[in-house]
Amino acid sequence: MKRQIPMLILSAVGTLLVVSVFIPSARHWQEDASLYFDIIAVFAFFLGGGNLIRVHAEKVSRKSAGWIYSVVTLLGFGIMLVTGLFKIGNPNGIAGDISQAGSYFQLLFQYVMSPLNSTMYALLAFYVASASYRAFRAKNTEATILLVAAFVILLGRTALGVLLTNWIPAQFSVLQVPNLAIWIMNAPNLAGQRAIMIGISLGVISMSLRLLLGIERSYLGGDN
Amino acid sequence: MTSKIAMRILTAIVALIFLVSWITRSGSGMSDSAFTNVRDGFLITFAVFLTLSIFSFLYRDNPFYKFAESLYVGISAGYWMSYGFWSTIVGNFVPRASRSLSEFFHVPYQERADHILIYIPIIFGLILLTRLLPKIGWLSRWSLAFIIGATAGLNLTRYLRSDFISQVSNSFIPLFVDWKGAGDFVSHISLAADGQFIAILSNWVIFVGVMCGLVYFFFSKEHKGAFGVASRIGIWILMITFGASFGYTVMGRISLLVGRITFLFGDWLNIL
Amino acid sequence: MGLIISAVVIGGGLLWMLYLSIKGQDVDRRIVYVFVGATVALAIIFRLEFGEVATPIVKSVFDKIENLPAGSKIVLSYDFDPAMAPEVNPMANAFIRHILEKKHRLYFMSLWATGQSLLSVSLNDVLKPEFPDAKYGVDYCNLGYKAGNEGVLNVVITNFRKMFPSDANGNSLDSLPMFKDVESLKDMDLLISVGGGKPGVKEWILFAGDPGKVAMAGGSAAVSAPLLYPYWPRQLIGLLGGTKGAAEYEAELIKTYPRFKDKSMPALRMMGPQTMAHVVIIAFIVIGNVAYFRSRKKGGQL
Repeated sequence: MKRQIPMLILSAVGTLLVVSVFIPSARHWQEDASLYFDIIAVFAFFLGGGNLIRVHAEKVSRKSAGWIYSVVTLLGFGIMLVTGLFKIGNPNGIAGDISQAGSYFQLLFQYVMSPLNSTMYALLAFYVASASYRAFRAKNTEATILLVAAFVILLGRTALGVLLTNWIPAQFSVLQVPNLAIWIMNAPNLAGQRAIMIGISLGVISMSLRLLLGIERSYLGGDN
Repeated sequence: MTSKIAMRILTAIVALIFLVSWITRSGSGMSDSAFTNVRDGFLITFAVFLTLSIFSFLYRDNPFYKFAESLYVGISAGYWMSYGFWSTIVGNFVPRASRSLSEFFHVPYQERADHILIYIPIIFGLILLTRLLPKIGWLSRWSLAFIIGATAGLNLTRYLRSDFISQVSNSFIPLFVDWKGAGDFVSHISLAADGQFIAILSNWVIFVGVMCGLVYFFFSKEHKGAFGVASRIGIWILMITFGASFGYTVMGRISLLVGRITFLFGDWLNIL
Repeated sequence: MGLIISAVVIGGGLLWMLYLSIKGQDVDRRIVYVFVGATVALAIIFRLEFGEVATPIVKSVFDKIENLPAGSKIVLSYDFDPAMAPEVNPMANAFIRHILEKKHRLYFMSLWATGQSLLSVSLNDVLKPEFPDAKYGVDYCNLGYKAGNEGVLNVVITNFRKMFPSDANGNSLDSLPMFKDVESLKDMDLLISVGGGKPGVKEWILFAGDPGKVAMAGGSAAVSAPLLYPYWPRQLIGLLGGTKGAAEYEAELIKTYPRFKDKSMPALRMMGPQTMAHVVIIAFIVIGNVAYFRSRKKGGQL
């Protein structure tokens, strides 16, 4: 019951989706299965929300270290959920687009969620700069090749690359840094990325087959 | 003790700046409504406060950063849940489930005989939520199995077609582009970016690079002799790839920083 | 003047760091942070700008939109979040301008919820003020976001109405004139995904472009742009990679349609700070390596 039924569901759904690719008249099976998949995926959002409440409410009730921040999390969650679910301030009421300009949900997105999200990632600019200074060393041939390629891309994707090398005559134009950067992207980068892509695709295909055939069972967990 | 006093002074300064910014921004609002101006003044000041709170982590972890981080977690979860409800539950389930609910939510009702099937994903969805209940949490594996099965089924054929067959096929390209004989090739040879030599070189690099890259990833045979040479070329190609990716990553991260600083100088301080 | 001040400040700072590094002294990470922040800030304040020319991979997207007959159907999918927005939002806005200028029909959708919120901003800041004659349901429509990533594409590649019984505003698709002759994505003339994560351009190729045999173009955040090159040019007609790709597209748009010269072109503006920051990062790598080789010569560690 705990293992056989999930394995059966997985194989049935997966096989249906694979088989229907080859039978045009069975195309609606694939549409239905994908639609069901999408609806179940939404419940994963609800599960995430439920988990968040459980974890942070427990922290608050136990008054464990940093519980005040859990209050902030729960407050943020509650405010966003209420403004979103009830479409508060939406100019078109309940029929309007949830992100309608002027709705409180959209305002919270623009002025709270958006700056938080983008600044979190902007921090990485500082870390990447610090890493460039401290960590990138031409210690061997491979590291040197990597650094040279990065140099060419960094220079070639800005106006500085043009300023520095536009004196190179047309019959040697590939040596102009911007052209060299384009060439690196279109030839060696393409080749390397393609080799990685082929490797990953083989991995995905074999893992999918293992799942469908019931060989891979790690998703069932360890117990029973 | 000293750090507590310093923190209080800092909090007071931040509060003062916040207040000044709020008042100033409210006064310079574009709307005719005083409420809208005050609200927008508060929101933009709050956005700046959150931006600077996150940046403060660069100095060290602190309560402002923790506040912003915690708020982000909560806001994001609420955001995605709201969207999930309106876009998929109301958008896809309600129109197939009930005429009266469709009218209530102002979505077009779809009359069809097989609508009973739309309850299948709802049941699986509810089963997924049992994960929150320790005693029957194991039931959620059924829904998980549906999700994993669908992903495996979808990915198997798509990756096979686009990322394997097409990529192998795309690698078999002409190795002698516009070839009109060795004499013509030698007489026109140049390093022009759009010239024949570079076009030929590119195709050789792509073909040989892909093959050697794959050889590098083949671990069932020892990398010695000709195989070792191919593997060595493969790792060089991969290093160029990683170098290009690093360059692009730097570009991307800097762009995000530019975006935030532009927000501070432009939207808040109005000095751009 | 701005360039000179920036060059003096940045150059001076770099020389000082080089001096410290050669002497074997550690430079605090916070100084590196301040330096990077100041470089970008100076370039923004002094509005350093440089010209851009479209590279072939960007130009091919521009030419595709340019050469499609008026009234062609184009899907523009907003598959990004605010963290990617500084890079990819300018691309999306440039696409909106170009597509509507060419009188094509524009179908918006999103595989990221955040994409729909950011689309709402684009509609209000770009589409409505700059194209007041564009009619909803006739010239453009907003299908909104659906959860399910590639699962969504797997349905709309054969059946739009099954996945989208209504648009983002609750209108039935049959009530929108621009959906009269549209059954699925296969009826589209061009698909454009603007994103940088998963789902994004890659999923659009795998689940829509390739199986539907529909022309596919992409705009991607710089981080994931190199990963998409293997699809070009057979599976992906062109790609805008990062701010640079967006700036090239904006430059091409202004060159072809000078009326957009006065409009906000953020990617072109961002290329000044971008250039300065690249110089600093390159200098950091050089300084770090100079110090490393000096210390290795002396037999020390770094």
